[in-house]
Amino acid sequence: MEISVTVNGVTHTGDVEPRTLLVQYIREHIGLTGTNIGCDTSSCGACSVHLNGEAVKSCTVLAVQADGQEITTIEGLAAEDGTLHPMQQAFQDNHGLQCGYCTPGMVMAATSLLKENPHPTEEEVRIGLEGNLCRCTGYHNIVQSVLAAAGQ
Amino acid sequence: MIPAAFDYVRAGSAEEAISLIGEHGDEAKFLAGGHSLLPLMKLRLAQPTVLVDIGRVTDLSYIRDAGDHIAIGALTRHMDVETSDLVRAEVPLLAHAAGHVGDPQVRHRGTMGGTIAHADSASDLPATTLALGATYVAQGPNGTREIAAADFYQGFLTSVLEPDEMLTEVRVPKMNGAGWSFQKFNRRAQDWAIVGVAAWRRNGDSGVALVNMGDTPILATSVSSALAGGASIEDAAEQAVAEASPQADLNASVEYRSHLAKVLVKRALTEAS
Repeated sequence: MEISVTVNGVTHTGDVEPRTLLVQYIREHIGLTGTNIGCDTSSCGACSVHLNGEAVKSCTVLAVQADGQEITTIEGLAAEDGTLHPMQQAFQDNHGLQCGYCTPGMVMAATSLLKENPHPTEEEVRIGLEGNLCRCTGYHNIVQSVLAAAGQ
Repeated sequence: MIPAAFDYVRAGSAEEAISLIGEHGDEAKFLAGGHSLLPLMKLRLAQPTVLVDIGRVTDLSYIRDAGDHIAIGALTRHMDVETSDLVRAEVPLLAHAAGHVGDPQVRHRGTMGGTIAHADSASDLPATTLALGATYVAQGPNGTREIAAADFYQGFLTSVLEPDEMLTEVRVPKMNGAGWSFQKFNRRAQDWAIVGVAAWRRNGDSGVALVNMGDTPILATSVSSALAGGASIEDAAEQAVAEASPQADLNASVEYRSHLAKVLVKRALTEAS
């Protein structure tokens, strides 16, 4: 089926099998491998991207469902000149990652969270990131990073 | 994991959806938010040959004050129910329960109609709407019918919906200030309930339903009868498993589930009173 999906502002048109997952489409058809596949069972959130501005788990969305829609991936956050998005900068400043595997998903979930709740409490950040798992950090610096980004 | 191959068609309206599903027969399934169906398809536990995507039937995404009840369109996302001022004011138990489905990413996609039609006894909203005495509106090729939640759930992932019927609306009676509680017992964030309780109470009237205590959501009518008859919360909670048939699994034995149900019903009724 032919679909047309705008990813980070660029519209891509192509033919996909209906069973193609959005995460496959992003990684394999478009070639943006910043979005990671972790559990593939809708738990870990490593695959989180924005669909029409809201964080979703791209392993649990079909590419055909994104036809005509707007996707933002981790690659779409930094400015054209390479200046990091405030959330990315906050993760760097606050040591919000170790191995980095969960990080794209965390950043996409966190930016979506702040859109809906610009000044969350620490508890609201922890609950707001329930859809994202991290095995390295124990979450402490991730939460600090999000709170720092919100404080700006 | 990749689903088995299927054909995909998109519907722009309920009528078109029903017509498409009728055309494609028994092996066709509706796709709304996809967060119950796609995980099953990725594990190949479900292999529909055709998906009728109703995710763009935005006419069915609404939350309306309908006088004595709140009418929620079947395509309304959980996040919208969770954050709706109207639902928080008039049916706070439902707004709270909707906020416990999965996690924010899941709630951006999952729909009210989808989770009800999927009829999983371990889901939060079937039991919650059951406790609240909701009515589900279904549309098929022969017209529309209203189904009381208490008559809807038949068995494991099975409801009274015909294969060519689509849920269009969920009607939830206003709570009118009744006390309420939602107890979701699990060990990890975003996890399914090992056992859950949705309860409301106003003096002798109450509605109590159990999550994951059988192959359907369970309406704990014995608990409500006990309360109506003047029983204490402790005594009423002892009746928690009277209608239930808890299963054993990796998370809990039958005995543990039964014990949890009584403890959680007691906590729920205490909070609701």
